[in-house]
Amino acid sequence: MSDEFDLSKLDTPELIGQMQDDLYDGLADEIVAGVNELLHRDMTPYDVLTQALVAGMDIVGADFRDGILFVPEVLMAAKAMKAGMQILRPLLAETGAPQIGTVVIGTVKGDIHDIGKNLVAMMLEGAGFKVVNLGINNDADKFLAAVREHKPIIVGMSALLTTTMPYMGVVIKALKEAGMRQDVIVLVGGAPLNAAFAEEIEADAYCRDAAVAVQTAKSLVAIKRGAAEAG
Amino acid sequence: MTMDPLQTLLSRSGVIMADGAMGTMLMDLGLEHGASPELWNVDQPDRIRSVHRGYLEAGAQLILSNTFGGNRFRLGLHNLQDRAAELNRVGVELARQAVDEAGGGALVAGDIGPSGELLEPFGNLTFAEAVAGFAEQAQALIRGGADVIWIETISALDELRAAIEGVKGISPQIPVIATMTFDTHGRTMMGVAPEEAIKALEDLDVAAAGGNCGNGPDEILSVIAKMHSVAPDRVLVAKSNAGIPKWMNGKTTYDAGPDQMARYAVQAAEAGARIIGACCGSTPAHLNRMSAALGDRMARSK
Repeated sequence: MSDEFDLSKLDTPELIGQMQDDLYDGLADEIVAGVNELLHRDMTPYDVLTQALVAGMDIVGADFRDGILFVPEVLMAAKAMKAGMQILRPLLAETGAPQIGTVVIGTVKGDIHDIGKNLVAMMLEGAGFKVVNLGINNDADKFLAAVREHKPIIVGMSALLTTTMPYMGVVIKALKEAGMRQDVIVLVGGAPLNAAFAEEIEADAYCRDAAVAVQTAKSLVAIKRGAAEAG
Repeated sequence: MTMDPLQTLLSRSGVIMADGAMGTMLMDLGLEHGASPELWNVDQPDRIRSVHRGYLEAGAQLILSNTFGGNRFRLGLHNLQDRAAELNRVGVELARQAVDEAGGGALVAGDIGPSGELLEPFGNLTFAEAVAGFAEQAQALIRGGADVIWIETISALDELRAAIEGVKGISPQIPVIATMTFDTHGRTMMGVAPEEAIKALEDLDVAAAGGNCGNGPDEILSVIAKMHSVAPDRVLVAKSNAGIPKWMNGKTTYDAGPDQMARYAVQAAEAGARIIGACCGSTPAHLNRMSAALGDRMARSK
């Protein structure tokens, strides 16, 4: 087609900029083509991930936080990101690239609302995290089993209802009793929550929306890793 | 042409007082974490009627059946999807009984809430599946005797279209009230602005439209003002939460009290709303002050 972009004509910084635009516009096919082109130019899978995809999703996240983009655009961007990740994931594993970290995320017991939680999961994937999505209505045992199995750095819990949010405290207590609380960062979110509630149940942070969740996840992981190295 | 009951009430001029919250009231009455409120239509009918009674005594002229989560998508999360017909029909019947016990006059709206899913291409639900699910619920609500269908807390225009199509496919005559939730930077979660919503509804057969739920009175008042500026002849609807939920001393409370909600009711009327009620966190005490504050602005029921 005459209007088709010839990616090979762009230099690498231009191509990366183009891919960030394509991600913003939710264009999965273009992202796949861009990822392949960068790999063809011998960029490492890790650099493709961080410089093109994660950096692009950062822009999407910031505009979502600021009310410029809304859920539909973010979902389409996340889908485009996912298409790129399908190429990169096996290569990242092969090359032993640094892991950004694993997140176990779920809606707590009694709560069946998962649109917000799924959005957070997608945005965290967009930031390069490996996300284990437990779905809805998870009791403490399910969270504990997932922490044992996947060894996440973050546990994310979501509740839409004022009646189900206290259960987050039950999960945190169970993590403590199992001796696993210090291994993970606990992030909580959902419409009726606030920072005071997060503090009361001894979560590490309350995240107001999906963009804040990603920012908080990144900064707390950096702090935790820094502390581990220093310690 | 004969007027439907909603038109008749609207034709008496003034504001129609709708009711307040159902869900948060049922939680105060002991509804368990995550249980289906609709199941109480058959398991605890007295409690459902008591909530309706409280709002009717507080002056509500239009009450919503306890069927918000009564579509098969939501009921399916409780494995109750096969009881959709029963739970919706009984929900309307309970509201009707409460109205009759209170001496009649108030309208019963069959309440339809969102599917809880995203339609294609963002989610997995197809438009046709959504229409069929909402039609099934509407049929039961109408069979139960609803005067009006109220579709509420919707965030996507395609889902709203599917719901209206579902209802109108069952009954082209029944009046439909449609409200969306504008809780994200002044738009719905899916990015729909109030002006855009009211414009989209122009082509759809709805009797009244507006906003419900969300982050309290100020947000809804701005929604009404925006809708009124682009559609001054529309019958507009405001059904605000009683403020924002706050976690205090181990329980959740909503931060707008009866006095603040009374001020909101008057402001909503001044901004152009003709159907005014309250949503999450409100109680008959809030509604009492709201109807008192509206006073002569309210349409006479008889």
